[in-house]
Amino acid sequence: RRVHGGSFSTGVHMFARLRPLVRQRIPLNSYLQRRAYSVQPLTVLPEDEQMIRDQVQRFARERVAPFVPEMDKQSKLKPEILSECFQQGLMGIEIPHQYGGSGMSFMSACLVIEELAKVDASLSVCVDVQNTLVNNAITKYGSEEIRATYLPRLATDTVGSFCLSEAGSGSDAFALKTRAQEDGDHYVLNGSKCWITNAGEAGLYLVMANVDPSKGYKGITTFVVEKSNPGLSLGKKEDKLGIRASSTHEVVLTDCRVHKSRVLGQVGQGYKIAIETLNEGRIGIGAQMLGLAQGAFSYAVEYIHHRKQFGKPVAEFQGMQFAYAQAAADIEAARLLVYNAARLKQAGLPFVTEAAMAKLYASQVANKVAGQCVEWLGGVGFTRDFPVEKFFRDAKIGQIYEGTSNLQLVTIAKQISSHFK
Amino acid sequence: QSTWGDFIAFRIMRVLVGVKRVVDYAVKVRVRPDKLGVETKNIKMSMNPFDEIAVEEAVRLKEKNLVSEIVVLSVGPKQCEETLRTAMAMGADRAIHVETDKELEPLGIAKIFRHVVKRESPNLVIVGKQGIDGDFSQTGQMLAGLLNWPQGTFASKLELDGAGKAATVTRETDLGMETLKIAVPAVVTCDLRLNEPRYATLPNIIKAKKKPLEKVDLQAVEGDLTPRITTLLVEEPPQRKAGIKVESVDELVEKLKSAGVLTK
Repeated sequence: RRVHGGSFSTGVHMFARLRPLVRQRIPLNSYLQRRAYSVQPLTVLPEDEQMIRDQVQRFARERVAPFVPEMDKQSKLKPEILSECFQQGLMGIEIPHQYGGSGMSFMSACLVIEELAKVDASLSVCVDVQNTLVNNAITKYGSEEIRATYLPRLATDTVGSFCLSEAGSGSDAFALKTRAQEDGDHYVLNGSKCWITNAGEAGLYLVMANVDPSKGYKGITTFVVEKSNPGLSLGKKEDKLGIRASSTHEVVLTDCRVHKSRVLGQVGQGYKIAIETLNEGRIGIGAQMLGLAQGAFSYAVEYIHHRKQFGKPVAEFQGMQFAYAQAAADIEAARLLVYNAARLKQAGLPFVTEAAMAKLYASQVANKVAGQCVEWLGGVGFTRDFPVEKFFRDAKIGQIYEGTSNLQLVTIAKQISSHFK
Repeated sequence: QSTWGDFIAFRIMRVLVGVKRVVDYAVKVRVRPDKLGVETKNIKMSMNPFDEIAVEEAVRLKEKNLVSEIVVLSVGPKQCEETLRTAMAMGADRAIHVETDKELEPLGIAKIFRHVVKRESPNLVIVGKQGIDGDFSQTGQMLAGLLNWPQGTFASKLELDGAGKAATVTRETDLGMETLKIAVPAVVTCDLRLNEPRYATLPNIIKAKKKPLEKVDLQAVEGDLTPRITTLLVEEPPQRKAGIKVESVDELVEKLKSAGVLTK
């Protein structure tokens, strides 16, 4: 699969890169086939990705931005905007053409998420969960029947939710208690999920439940449950600090009967599906945090070049220059981490550690920069009349969801330590 | 009563749309240090907004089955290919790029268009009313003159009759709206209120990659393309002077009277 369309690199580079792969026992010939070396800078995008970025940037600026304060105040995404996202192909970015999707790459999805986050982190996370969690899990693990039934709907009008967390299992995700009892050719699900993004708008839910608790995490199975399925209901809607327009609900399963054909992948494969899906989704969140940081920064930097105090724009004071220069460098570093993790994944190379680093770093940068932007604007930055306070509030979740910062650090540390075992 | 000939003409109704790559409308332009133009290095460039409207109009005509093929044309450096791909992502069928780094004026561009018109035999040429960089508003009109075709400029509404023999153009002028019926083939230039252009959807961006983009050599174009205008100086508009604040309505009326704005 071509990544950048560049030519093969030889010599020192190839051998240096082969070593970690040999350790992980990836067959050489398939590595060579998958690998398309490019010496293009990470931030220089090929034409079609640049076009996607430009179109989504305009779409976000013209069609989404005017409604962002209202959506935040009402804690609800406008159905018209969601509908336009579907029409633009933003909800089925990687879904293959044959299922009605846009048939694009993972990097394209990250670019879409980033551009939307520059304007509204809530809409961005909705599109992120849809594409990087729900669509990808179904495409990768779904039977032909599941893919043919649900991918076209996810691409055109159905929002999806990924239901893993519970009140008693957040970071310790696989201590989940939702039970799936076998009953003839159905499973009966009972339990309660919480912190579920998109739950308010979703028509489809991927629910992780345990068919056999005695097997521990090996009993966890992923079920594809439609909203219309009796026994699935929405509970409490969370009243959040940030990404308020993104609906976050409890999802309650009460004797919810799901046919065996709706098991995603194999019974007992749920743990693997969840872990792998979240490893990829992590990069999407990195892209969201990156866009958020950039959106806040672009706004604040323009403001400080106009705001005058002591006879000159505040941007001209050296203290401010040092601050925004550092912020710009941090954002660029986060960008390179996110883009590289995405490219590694696209190239079929190991990316789990890089993905953890990208999400960790991008969310930290987003929080730091968004907070600084509030300060740079001064008093007005602290009011709802100006957009930066929203970036500040929205950024916080980046260090919590899809794996807390501490858990990202654990992942990275494990990978480093593994060389010494 | 349409004849078999009319039917054939209708079936190959081809539209040529001109698109120009210009400085993005949202960019704050700065004058170059040499004061001979504006800074375009490392500046975001996009399709001229009026040309987007032109592409959109052509696509809508095609959706109404009044047009069978949309060919989009651009003259300029290599990066114009991006602009052409965007037009194809909006719905154009194929693209022609006359690649050049030379600065050309509307008359030169019109001559290039004439060359392509002779090659492609479109029934309709649609372009934006003006480029937001030069603001000349001449190319469409000059092209119509060179081809000896009728023109409907500053169009805010365009209708093609089913037989493809005539077009009805509603024009926005300073005196009001004017509606013309013009014979086809014709040149139409688009104004702001003609339509609202669509965003290229992601699936269409992918499809556009496969659509043909061909190059036409500038050398093959007949006629003298040398610019006849030399830019002597480009400078920023004068800074707006601050206004005066008045304390009362009476004072306001006084000021307006002394400015000669009120007659009584």
